[in-house]
Amino acid sequence: MTDKEKKQSSIDDKLFKVKYVSDEESHLKPDAIQCLVCKSKVCTYICPANVYEWDEENKRLIIGYENCLECGACRIACEKKCIDWAYPKGTKGVTFKHG
Amino acid sequence: MRNKTEVIVVGGGPAGISAAITVARAGKKVVLIERGSYSGSKNVFGGAIYVQPTKEIFPNFEESAPLERKTVSHKYILRTETKTVSVDYMAREEASNSYSVIRSKFDRWMAQEAQKEGVVLVTETFVKELLVKENKVVGVKTELEEYFADIVILADGVNSLLAKQIGLRKEIKPKDVALGVKEVIKLGKDKIEERFNLKDGEGAVYEIFGDPMLGMLGLGYVYTNKETISIGIGISLDELAKRKLKPYEILDGIKSHPSFSPLVKDGELVEYSAHLIPEGGYKKLPKLYSHGVLVVGDSAMLVNNIHWEGTNLAMISGKLAGETAIIALDKNDFSANTLALYQKKLEKSFIIKDLKTYKNVMDIVHDRAKSFLGYYPNKIADFFNMFTAVDSIPKREKYHRFIASIFTDRSISELVKDGFAFLKIVLGVLK
Ligand SMILES: Cc1cc2nc3c(=O)[nH]c(=O)nc-3n(C[C@H](O)[C@H](O)[C@H](O)COP(=O)(O)OP(=O)(O)OC[C@H]3O[C@@H](n4cnc5c(N)ncnc54)[C@H](O)[C@@H]3O)c2cc1C
Ligand code: SF4
Ligand code: SF4
Repeated sequence: MTDKEKKQSSIDDKLFKVKYVSDEESHLKPDAIQCLVCKSKVCTYICPANVYEWDEENKRLIIGYENCLECGACRIACEKKCIDWAYPKGTKGVTFKHG
Repeated sequence: MRNKTEVIVVGGGPAGISAAITVARAGKKVVLIERGSYSGSKNVFGGAIYVQPTKEIFPNFEESAPLERKTVSHKYILRTETKTVSVDYMAREEASNSYSVIRSKFDRWMAQEAQKEGVVLVTETFVKELLVKENKVVGVKTELEEYFADIVILADGVNSLLAKQIGLRKEIKPKDVALGVKEVIKLGKDKIEERFNLKDGEGAVYEIFGDPMLGMLGLGYVYTNKETISIGIGISLDELAKRKLKPYEILDGIKSHPSFSPLVKDGELVEYSAHLIPEGGYKKLPKLYSHGVLVVGDSAMLVNNIHWEGTNLAMISGKLAGETAIIALDKNDFSANTLALYQKKLEKSFIIKDLKTYKNVMDIVHDRAKSFLGYYPNKIADFFNMFTAVDSIPKREKYHRFIASIFTDRSISELVKDGFAFLKIVLGVLK
């Protein structure tokens, strides 16, 4: 495995252990126009669940909201402060058994 | 009126539960709303809860609460690239000061106790916004319904979008929170007690600073539970953003670090989680009350991050808010004027006093981060290296050389600035 693959598999292993009930609709809604001009794309590395990935070809964010750990870091760190951020609905999202 | 009660508490963590149970004990009607499927299902911490503050809410909790291990051993590890300095502190015989707990069990237990004392607990219900009428908070709006109350207590945690909605809180800055990521690793009782040098039921807390944190403001930690250990990091969000680092890669770094890797060896990953920690301290406290509303715990940013205390401030602020609500209900007056009593109570308690004591520390540490996290840890390790070396150089000569090296390694102006920063911290804490 290359270093990059190792890192990817390490976060995949972690996320695999988390229990979720996912909603059909994303609770994370960045403003796509702001993302286009955002320089840092800070959401793509700050997120502990690797939810955001920048799709260079289509110039947009891919958002794996099903993996969200509901920490709130992206909302605060976003360069453009443009994420319309909410907790998932009452019955949805992550459940921590250990916390 | 339908759907009307005396007090609504939003958020079933330690702050909300303590507020609700205090109100219920006075015979008032209180509804506690939690978005998770049970209390604790959304909550993450290090961590350990503290005995004395927990007893203020649950006097006999040690008899029936789900506790993991009684903390008897503390270890502080300072690492540079090549060297380690550590301080061990073992207090086996003392009465216990803290216990490790698992939040999904402990918060759930607290909520069940509150139900026994008359709190109406509503789970799987997310409060979307506060209902405001003529500048007064009069209730909450969930996904399905509107509920009304004389007083609403906000205990919705660090992200408190509700406190923000009514202007009690400003937008949080990355500098004012730390991001915590954590793994729970199953090792089994025997391995834990052997590796951490513990007897049955005893627990340990390890903290690591310096190089493994890549010189960032933050720390790594390990707590022992019955069958598992919690290993995690907490790092200023500001630094993570600036350095473009992925939080879980730093956690992997800590796990494979020589100080920690023997502790986690052959363990099985059972959970991964993340949560924010308020770090702004006294200067970033929001407005704590308004007409018909009080803010408690993490929603009020009440965390003493120098000592990693949060649950205790949450519980006691919840209790003080509950007491204030009872007085307001007896007077039938829910104005900001009456609810200001909550702030007075907080100011008299250890909560605001402690936060004031440390009010400048984070600013100074942020300011001098490079030297406090880079230069000095190295220097301390060098000192021990010198101190323990057996090399036929006279000791006094070595001390002189060491002291001289401080002045040659570092410009006088930097040393003076560090000295000032250090003095400010010490004087700030002691005055
Ligand atoms: C990594 C880490 C390590 C820590 N270690 C320690 C430690 O060792 N010891 C210690 O004392 N403290 C520690 N803390 C701090 C401590 O966890 C917090 O200070 C404490 O949990 C705050 O309690 P709270 O009740 O205010 O908030 P929380 O515990 O966050 O509870 C808030 C509750 O509100 C619910 N909620 C939120 N929004 C809504 C809504 N809109 N509608 C309905 N429900 C809602 C949530 O689901 C949650 O149950 C740590 C924190 C972190 C992140
Ligand atoms: S940091 Fe904010 S603006 Fe930038 S890409 Fe991410 S969501 Fe978009
Ligand atoms: S809330 Fe946390 S886990 Fe969820 S997308 Fe944002 S940073 Fe990632």
